[in-house]
Amino acid sequence: MGKTMLEVRELTTKYVTRYRENVYAVDHVSLKVEEGRSLGIAGESGCGKSTLALSLMGYYFPPLHYTSGQILIDGRDISAMSPDDVRKSVLGAEIAYIPQAAMNALNPTQKVIHFIEDVIRAHDLYITKKDIYERARKLFETLGLPAAVLQKYPVELSGGMKQRTVIAISVMLFPKVLIADEPSSALDVTSQKMVIKMLRQLMEVGFVSAMIFITHELPLLYNVTDDIMVMYAGQIVEKATSEEAVFDPLHPYSKGLMGSIIVPEQGLRDVKLTAIPGVPPNLKNPPTGCRFAERCKYVMKECTSLPSIPLQEVSGGRSYRCLIPEAELRELYAREAHSHGHH
Amino acid sequence: MAITKQICLSTSGLTKIFGFGRRQTVAVDHVDLNLYEGEVVSIVGESGSGKTTLAKILLGLINETAGDVFFQGQKRDISSHQKRQEYWRNIQAIFQDPFSSYNIFNKIDSVLLDCINMRGGRGLARAAKVELMREACSFVNLKFEELTNKYPFELSGGQMQRLMIARIFLLKPKILIADEPTSMIDACSRATILDELMKLRDEIKMTIIFITHDIGLAYYVSDQVYIMERGKIVESGSADEVILRPRAAYTQRLISDVPKIHEEWDLSTV
Repeated sequence: MGKTMLEVRELTTKYVTRYRENVYAVDHVSLKVEEGRSLGIAGESGCGKSTLALSLMGYYFPPLHYTSGQILIDGRDISAMSPDDVRKSVLGAEIAYIPQAAMNALNPTQKVIHFIEDVIRAHDLYITKKDIYERARKLFETLGLPAAVLQKYPVELSGGMKQRTVIAISVMLFPKVLIADEPSSALDVTSQKMVIKMLRQLMEVGFVSAMIFITHELPLLYNVTDDIMVMYAGQIVEKATSEEAVFDPLHPYSKGLMGSIIVPEQGLRDVKLTAIPGVPPNLKNPPTGCRFAERCKYVMKECTSLPSIPLQEVSGGRSYRCLIPEAELRELYAREAHSHGHH
Repeated sequence: MAITKQICLSTSGLTKIFGFGRRQTVAVDHVDLNLYEGEVVSIVGESGSGKTTLAKILLGLINETAGDVFFQGQKRDISSHQKRQEYWRNIQAIFQDPFSSYNIFNKIDSVLLDCINMRGGRGLARAAKVELMREACSFVNLKFEELTNKYPFELSGGQMQRLMIARIFLLKPKILIADEPTSMIDACSRATILDELMKLRDEIKMTIIFITHDIGLAYYVSDQVYIMERGKIVESGSADEVILRPRAAYTQRLISDVPKIHEEWDLSTV
């Protein structure tokens, strides 16, 4: 077992609206990513995936506020540090973040090399321009990007190239943890593949030690990450390896999500896509007990009467948040698959 | 006995050129389509392949440079405003971004009322109109009571897109052009939208033209698939034929670039 690069213990963060209401978008989330591993986070829009990504950096700005919990990067607790310290010594160097529309972050009036100078200068004041260029060129070449990109303006690059450039810039300081939030969802399939290839390469050559990848595209997640965590209404509902999460989901919500996968493969047209009825709950006043109860087919009385549902550990390091035992859930799913076959 | 299917919409040599001289771009290049009644047809291509331009020409929103569009065997005539209105009674569209498809100053009711009025329901009693709106909403599993008197921004993206389908239900067009109807909403609501579109197809027997870049989605929903590359149709045929046994290099590349779950995803090709 490798050493733990990122550990999050019971992290809770909230948004404060202008009416002073608290919205807990990340609610007691615990996770662990070991060296050389990648973790995928799946879930509907509005389930708190992106907020979790933001919260993991330990750098909070309104309306997002830290409430409780710990974030440890390679054993060092960053949740108690002051925002200024976090910005200076953690962001970029320890943890890097690629936001959703990362490629739009490039200032159109500056050349690519300028952004790299910015990043490196922020951490090393006395480095010369030539050294910066050399460092950037080496990194770009390792990642298969042409060095000519460094002297170009963002408008001269295609969408896919811009995105890859931003990723390269974000790993300039070799962070321990990389958080990629939908890095490829605005790109066409070929550019997407290039971005994914690059992210994998980053892990292989050791530029980053651990990665968190967020997307709602499950086939993509399955192909990129080792483990998958499913989020619903700010909570983790299932943690498993990618293989298990996609082919053998336990939580009814994960089951529903996996039933909506569309891939161009033989047999796709024979299965009926499952849709989860209803909408996620409002997090201003989340329901007591299971948050998925309202949309769940297997809902029981206890689901809503208990104050909260604990995360159950099952064999092989898996866990899921449901009252129904593992064997019983499997039986329910099997019976359902059987009855579908008859129609 | 085989039922001979009627051609609903067809094009021959349809071309659209933007710009002049050296700067010209051929967005749609001699496209021939034959769309039959009640069929679901997908037009698949990457960004910039001209699929949206083609959709706009079919809708009559922009004019073609050359070529013809035939609607139910006759050459389409949209030369005057009145004729265009007449044409739009038969062909309708759902666009990619549900947030920009609505007039933000009008309430949901007026969106649906407009549709009823367009179908000649102007003279109906109020109760009858409400009944129609309720029926349309329940068709897409929305509750009319929850929507009435609301503005579009109070709805989620999935709900808006479903309301769009409710609109189509009221309008009952012959052809529906769905331009990336699910690309702005997440995978989970996607199944709902697709289900409802298919239900609508069975209900009012219309032809659906799916414009999409998602080849998996095209495979799931369509009977016929057209693959478009740089304005040209490079491959067409039944969904099984095109997706499972692609012949054109472009189609093969598109399929190999999509992540899969049962087959190995080869990253070495890029």
